[in-house]
Amino acid sequence: MTKTQKSKDNLIQNPKSKIQNRKVVILSGNNAVANALRQVDPHVYPGYPITPSTKIMETVAEFIANGKMQCEMVAVESEHSAMSAAVGAAAGGARVASATAANGLAFMWEVLYIASGSHLPIVLAIGNRALSAPINGFADHGESMGSRDAGWIQFYSESVQEAYDNIIQAFRIGEDSRVRLPVMVCLDGFLLTHTSENITMQGDDEVTDFVGPYHAEFSLLDPDKPVSHGLSDPPSYYMEHKMRQQAGMEKAREVIEEVGAEYGKRFGRPYGLVDPYCMDDAETAIIILGSEAGRVKGVVDKMREAGKKVGALRLRTVRPFPDEQIVRQLLGLKAVAIMDRSYAPGAVGAPMFQEVRSALYDYRDSAPPIVNRIYGLGGRELRNADVRNIFAELDALADGDATVPVIQMVGLRGEPAPTWEEMRPLETPIAVAAKRGK
Amino acid sequence: MEKVIERMMEVRWHSRAGQGAVTAAETLAATALREGKHVQAFPEFGPERMGAPLRAFNRISPRPIRIHGVVEEANVVIVVDSSLLGAVPVDANVAPDGVILSNTTKSVAEVRRILTLNGQKLACLDATQIAVDCFGMQKPNTPMLGAIARVTGLVALDTLLVEVEEIFSKKFPPKVVEGNIKAVQRAYQEVSYE
Repeated sequence: MTKTQKSKDNLIQNPKSKIQNRKVVILSGNNAVANALRQVDPHVYPGYPITPSTKIMETVAEFIANGKMQCEMVAVESEHSAMSAAVGAAAGGARVASATAANGLAFMWEVLYIASGSHLPIVLAIGNRALSAPINGFADHGESMGSRDAGWIQFYSESVQEAYDNIIQAFRIGEDSRVRLPVMVCLDGFLLTHTSENITMQGDDEVTDFVGPYHAEFSLLDPDKPVSHGLSDPPSYYMEHKMRQQAGMEKAREVIEEVGAEYGKRFGRPYGLVDPYCMDDAETAIIILGSEAGRVKGVVDKMREAGKKVGALRLRTVRPFPDEQIVRQLLGLKAVAIMDRSYAPGAVGAPMFQEVRSALYDYRDSAPPIVNRIYGLGGRELRNADVRNIFAELDALADGDATVPVIQMVGLRGEPAPTWEEMRPLETPIAVAAKRGK
Repeated sequence: MEKVIERMMEVRWHSRAGQGAVTAAETLAATALREGKHVQAFPEFGPERMGAPLRAFNRISPRPIRIHGVVEEANVVIVVDSSLLGAVPVDANVAPDGVILSNTTKSVAEVRRILTLNGQKLACLDATQIAVDCFGMQKPNTPMLGAIARVTGLVALDTLLVEVEEIFSKKFPPKVVEGNIKAVQRAYQEVSYE
């Protein structure tokens, strides 16, 4: 490999850290995803670029042009067409990947359901970004949270390393015959897509070997086993097909754990459905997902040094929702905050809050009081002080302070944001607290 | 003044869009990676207009870096364009034991009068002149890296020279490569600080 070629791969290599064919390199999140795709080398990449994930498509195109991928890139005129081409290629038995963000994902919407309903294990990287309006290009989980019921498995990456690792595992998980579902790998816009970090990149052969070849079980192009895709499904069958999707999602729980454990055994970085941090003897904890989990872990470390029994629980998957793992981690705690980087106007709290609270309902006698803190919308900076404040509120909540608001945005300009309760005309904060038995 | 970095150091670059500060931040990160450190390099996330004030960031640590996002309090501030002194708050959110390094024709004493410092060190270097002398271009980033090695100890001079040689060899003829190496060495010698 010449020096010029090496620079085209956007790799900066630390010569000291060559372990077999692995290497420690500096890559942005987008570059790491593109390199994982280069190593997996799917058959087809239909794409339409959008900030902040544009660089994924650009880099994949560069790899193809330089002969480093055999993949067929299909440049289309919109995200709707990109996902449609993905569905067509996957139905034809191809291994397919693409990337998008925000309004691009929104424009894919109806086709997302066709991919999952047809059991097509497409892998889609999302550079999480706020949906307009107002127009905003920055990190926000709104678009992927909005599509959480579209039947796709969803991973949220904490770091560039994990985004790379998640892409590689996504193919194995989605293509598993017990699952056969499409997979979204989310990485926070700019915070991960445009941040260069050192990561361990596995050797090309290691990745090829881990992912294995793809043989679609039901391909349109397999004359020995003729099948149809995209047929009209009458009321007499539709519900059974929906049930099959759920069965795949339920099986995905064990497949994600299996693949994550095998990945750890082979490459030294194991993964599960959740990532508990200092939870064993924690009294209060924050639940979070995505790149800001690292900040929360850092605050936990500092508070632990001062003798505070605090912990963090990062959700790696949102679909399937790891309810059992969450409940197991939360029972016995004194107070918990769910931090959402998205919100649902008119709903009682943001998506993860709703689902965590629902998961705890069967254990309501021993479940801790929980609050929702909505942060980081449209890329709003989260600060260590915001996280420390939330832990302070949890202390108050654990002491029975009924004035701690249940749902509130953090990090707003000026005065503290009104709570959801305060914005509600008929109920005072005290009435809501009384309902919660405090 | 070389010292071993024992904790995570956070760097904030002040530059103007188009001056190559993001590339310089990535070069600093790549140099630190050569020394086995954990690194981050990222630009400020915002609309970019050529010539507009821009910020970029580094984190360099002996341990894995978990935090993401804008640096809250910098240990090292690097001002690549001297016209930013007094124009943007380069002296805000700097750690009390931090250092500000500026490309400027002014002396340390003169720059001190422009900034509000609370015990932070100040280092000055006419990096643009060094760049013009050594490789005939008004590109102060390479000499600034040499000064960073001297003033902060974030990376060693030797490692930096290897990195600069490798990066520049990919794109430029030997004369330019040599000029940049000379610029790093001269900056390392000439930077003045107190």
